[in-house]
Amino acid sequence: MKLPYLPDHDGSSFFDFVSTHHPELALRSHGMAAVPDQVRAVGPVAVPSATTVLALKYQQGVVIAGDRRATEGFQIADRRIEKVFKIDDWSAMAIAGAAGPCIEMAKLFQTELEHYEKLEGVPLSCEGKANKLGQMVKANLPMVFQGLVVMPLYVGYDVKRGEGRIFKYDITGGRYEESDYHAIGSGGKDARNTMREHFKRQLFEGDAIKLALLALYNAADDDVGTGGPDLVRGIYPTAKVVTAQGIADVSDDTLRAVCNDVMAARRSRET
Amino acid sequence: MPMPYYVSPEQMMQDKAEYAKKGIAKGRSIIAMEYVDGILLTADNPSASLHKVSEIYDNIAFAGAGKYSEFENLRKAGIRHADLKGFMYSREDVTGRSLANGYSQSLGTVFSQEMKPLEVEILVVQAGTNHHANEIYRISFDGSIIDEKNFAVIGGKSEAVQTLLKEKSPSQVPPLDAALKLCVTALEQTANQKLPPEGLEVAVLDRTRAGRKFCRVSIADVRLILSP
Repeated sequence: MKLPYLPDHDGSSFFDFVSTHHPELALRSHGMAAVPDQVRAVGPVAVPSATTVLALKYQQGVVIAGDRRATEGFQIADRRIEKVFKIDDWSAMAIAGAAGPCIEMAKLFQTELEHYEKLEGVPLSCEGKANKLGQMVKANLPMVFQGLVVMPLYVGYDVKRGEGRIFKYDITGGRYEESDYHAIGSGGKDARNTMREHFKRQLFEGDAIKLALLALYNAADDDVGTGGPDLVRGIYPTAKVVTAQGIADVSDDTLRAVCNDVMAARRSRET
Repeated sequence: MPMPYYVSPEQMMQDKAEYAKKGIAKGRSIIAMEYVDGILLTADNPSASLHKVSEIYDNIAFAGAGKYSEFENLRKAGIRHADLKGFMYSREDVTGRSLANGYSQSLGTVFSQEMKPLEVEILVVQAGTNHHANEIYRISFDGSIIDEKNFAVIGGKSEAVQTLLKEKSPSQVPPLDAALKLCVTALEQTANQKLPPEGLEVAVLDRTRAGRKFCRVSIADVRLILSP
């Protein structure tokens, strides 16, 4: 039955709905040149994503955190950008890549999950959400050749299994589950190195947040694209935790206190 | 060549309306009622999984009476309309009025142009936030739209329920428990049978909730509220 004056579509995916009926709103690049010749000649494109975002598991769930810097070439474009997004009550995503499309994908993904839940009457499973995000990253592939990369890091609490889960992606939409921790972005490697040294299974929440901020601090130390704590303006990294109780922001006071601890420990070593 | 029978437009519309009304009256009733924190939706619905009441957006809910497949289709289209608007503009730009207008246009067009009218009657309710008033829209099978105050009834013996509620409705906006008791009494009297909590579908748009205001009231909570 077709209803006049109301949007018509089969299926429960908002992403498919906008892609089909409102392509100008979807991530897909309609009418844009596919792969420029020089890209074909050069081979794989460099992924410009000046950022560090990370996630690590602990006893009760997962903590996900990110720095606050956005860059435009050698300029700082934004000092307080948020790279960690609440997606629904049980999951969050952090992004690395071109800010505009990244934020758009986060918003589209939020709408997608809520849309599905309302139409079907039940939320998607944790695995289902992670797979859907992979399809959205894949749909963005033509844009990657234009230099507009969107690289998410997704964490969710799997209510059925009773554990937090971390998913990473590649530009083709490939989805890989991480068992302990992961970091992406230009400072991702530095953050991973820190976490590799200090990570333990079954950390307490406080220790997990501290390790996350230490890893971000070290990444900011070595990577120009990653911002450290800005003491003058009072800007600190953002973090969220996803547990059996749902998603929660780590409070500004906690973040400030933990950052100060990390810096005090470093200062005592340097002097 | 045989001539097709002439049927006057009046007759045709009347036949269609009668057909639709008959279909809607076969079902059971649903009541939307304002209470202190928002809007209460109570449906006489023995099924635990086939919902008659559901969420559309942050502070907007939907209730449908009549043919399940038809109002289910309308519900899904409404969610698409709301989510698209919220995504394109912003969450606060999604309004119950615009959705109710869409439904009205849609039902009106189907009623006048299609052979078979939709056998549905629907409610679009919006809990007012930031000191705005609640909105309750009742939309009929022919697209006519009525802006209701305090309460609205659709489906089944809706007129009988309405008269009952009008008599008993309190002068002030009732709290949740009083509103639910009133609704259940009205439904039981017109259905001439006792309705157990399992046979009720109850949901609220509660403006005191953070974020999405729609919330289903569990059978256990309904039993608790209704217990004397």
